[in-house]
Amino acid sequence: MSLKELNALAANRSARRRSGGKADTRDNRAALGFLSPWMLGIVGITLGPLLYSLYLSFTNYNLLQSPSWVGLDNYERMFGDERLHQALKVTFTYVIVSVPLQLAVALGLALALDRGMRGLAFYRSAFYLPSLLGGSVAIAVLWRLVFGASGLFNVILGLIGIESSQSWISNPDTALWTIILLHVWTFGSPMVIFLAGLRQIPRAYYEAAATDGANVWWRFRHITMPLLTPIVFFNVVLAIINSFSNFTQAYVVSGGTGGPADSTLFYTLYLYQEGFGNFRMGYAAAMAWLLVLIIGAVTAINFWLSKRWVHYDD
Amino acid sequence: MTDLATRSQNVSATPVPGAAVTPRGRSGWSRAKSVLRHSAMLAVVGITLYPILWMIASSFRPDGQIFGTASIIPEQWDVSNYVDGWNALGEPFGVYLMNSAIIVLGSIIGNLVSCSMAAYAFARLRFRFQGPAFALMLVTIMVPIHAVIVPQYILFSKLGLVNSFIPLILPKLLATDAFFIFLMVQFIRGLPRELDEAARIDGAGHFRTFFQILLPLMKPALATTAIFTFIWTWNDFFSQLVYLTDPAKYTVPVALRSFIDAQSGSSYGALFAMSVVSIVPLILAFAFGQKYLVRGIATTGGK
Repeated sequence: MSLKELNALAANRSARRRSGGKADTRDNRAALGFLSPWMLGIVGITLGPLLYSLYLSFTNYNLLQSPSWVGLDNYERMFGDERLHQALKVTFTYVIVSVPLQLAVALGLALALDRGMRGLAFYRSAFYLPSLLGGSVAIAVLWRLVFGASGLFNVILGLIGIESSQSWISNPDTALWTIILLHVWTFGSPMVIFLAGLRQIPRAYYEAAATDGANVWWRFRHITMPLLTPIVFFNVVLAIINSFSNFTQAYVVSGGTGGPADSTLFYTLYLYQEGFGNFRMGYAAAMAWLLVLIIGAVTAINFWLSKRWVHYDD
Repeated sequence: MTDLATRSQNVSATPVPGAAVTPRGRSGWSRAKSVLRHSAMLAVVGITLYPILWMIASSFRPDGQIFGTASIIPEQWDVSNYVDGWNALGEPFGVYLMNSAIIVLGSIIGNLVSCSMAAYAFARLRFRFQGPAFALMLVTIMVPIHAVIVPQYILFSKLGLVNSFIPLILPKLLATDAFFIFLMVQFIRGLPRELDEAARIDGAGHFRTFFQILLPLMKPALATTAIFTFIWTWNDFFSQLVYLTDPAKYTVPVALRSFIDAQSGSSYGALFAMSVVSIVPLILAFAFGQKYLVRGIATTGGK
């Protein structure tokens, strides 16, 4: 949830208070009509299944026999499941490394482009292209070949005098880093958000500071950064949620295995293997709940930490 | 902010500052600085787009010449990879493109209709449990598909709908992409309430107010929703991989994946060719919808 959504929530509440808290019946019936698809979706597609998977997580279920109640067995199994621990390690490494790196590149380029640079629209389009394509199987396929033994990456290393014939995706020490690089490469989308945020900062602030003799660094430190923190925050929350559910690249780059040596076993990939490869639906449901709890907790921590560093204008 | 990609590229394909002099005129030093900045920026653009350009060049090369070269200029325009790739799998690649197109189209229609209806209710109506319902809607933005795929799959397999497009389209018809509801709620809140009230005085009910007054004004938000739905659905791999196992029902991403298995390394050129084919619709969507895309990213992310 973003800041803006919270604001919207608050606005929604105060609107209700103004109306005296008593809704009129005509609206009730109309709302039922307008919201009927959404309510069906909540019951049948999102929240309903989420609750059903809570039940499933206490069972063993392989789709063929009916679910058998096993109590907390699935959750107990998690403590001893080395592959799950590996999946958590891989996913957290990915999130912790790739999110800050990607946002740093995005912010850096947004700052460079913001200062009245001509051709902004061209640069913005060019930099957005990887974000547009980065989630596709096509680019994951490309990555797999670029970082293979005779791939483009080694060729370029050769051109700058570094001889390498190793396959970066078959080496457990480097495979995850190729996927992290792929994530960083899609910096265009947060960059566009940063650019929009930079535009909101009144020019007068900078002019006043310049009149007082403030240098570039001072202006960045005391004007740009504080006023941009809500947008940085929004980007961080969004990027973290998205990174936790990364699947496509890990699946394609590793050929669905999460290898080599489980070094690219992303959480969602392991969930897929357990649920749809081994048909351990109960265990996969428990894993799904753990994922929801992790994302919820990390987002909550984010909001809690934001009080310390996000600067609100109003 | 609003330039179309095509136009902006024409204008700034040669962003050499010497070509245009600002009204104030420029000192030599600031011109040099500008040239430096653009050179640096173009270098970054080059590095960023290099892999894509190499893929396109490789799609025109015979297999033996793909690896071992870093050149992004194809030596010849040989389309045999495209011919081979098109027919390399069980079905011609056009079948997969068509399957993807059906799902994308269904998803766009579904999101436009269901999300705009829900957004109208949240933004303009007052009803019981509105606060909790709105909060619930926001929370569902955070729930990834991976968290509900298991029970959803069980449901759809009990209904005999695995290997059909229904599990991929039906959720969109039921407004499960809550992100777009939120986007449209924000947009409707920006429209003057006087419009609704005037309509009401003229005797219009909620449905007429929605369809005839608000919906036409929501075009930018609808366009943003349509283009994001296009991109996300076209790129979606996870749920299509789960639900589509019959090769005749494969979509583009699932077909590309099976390409890797089927060829096991024998024809990379054909694989690249079909990869290029698979991203063409994305690039077209981007070129035509860039205005709404950028606006959408900026309004949801910006202030």
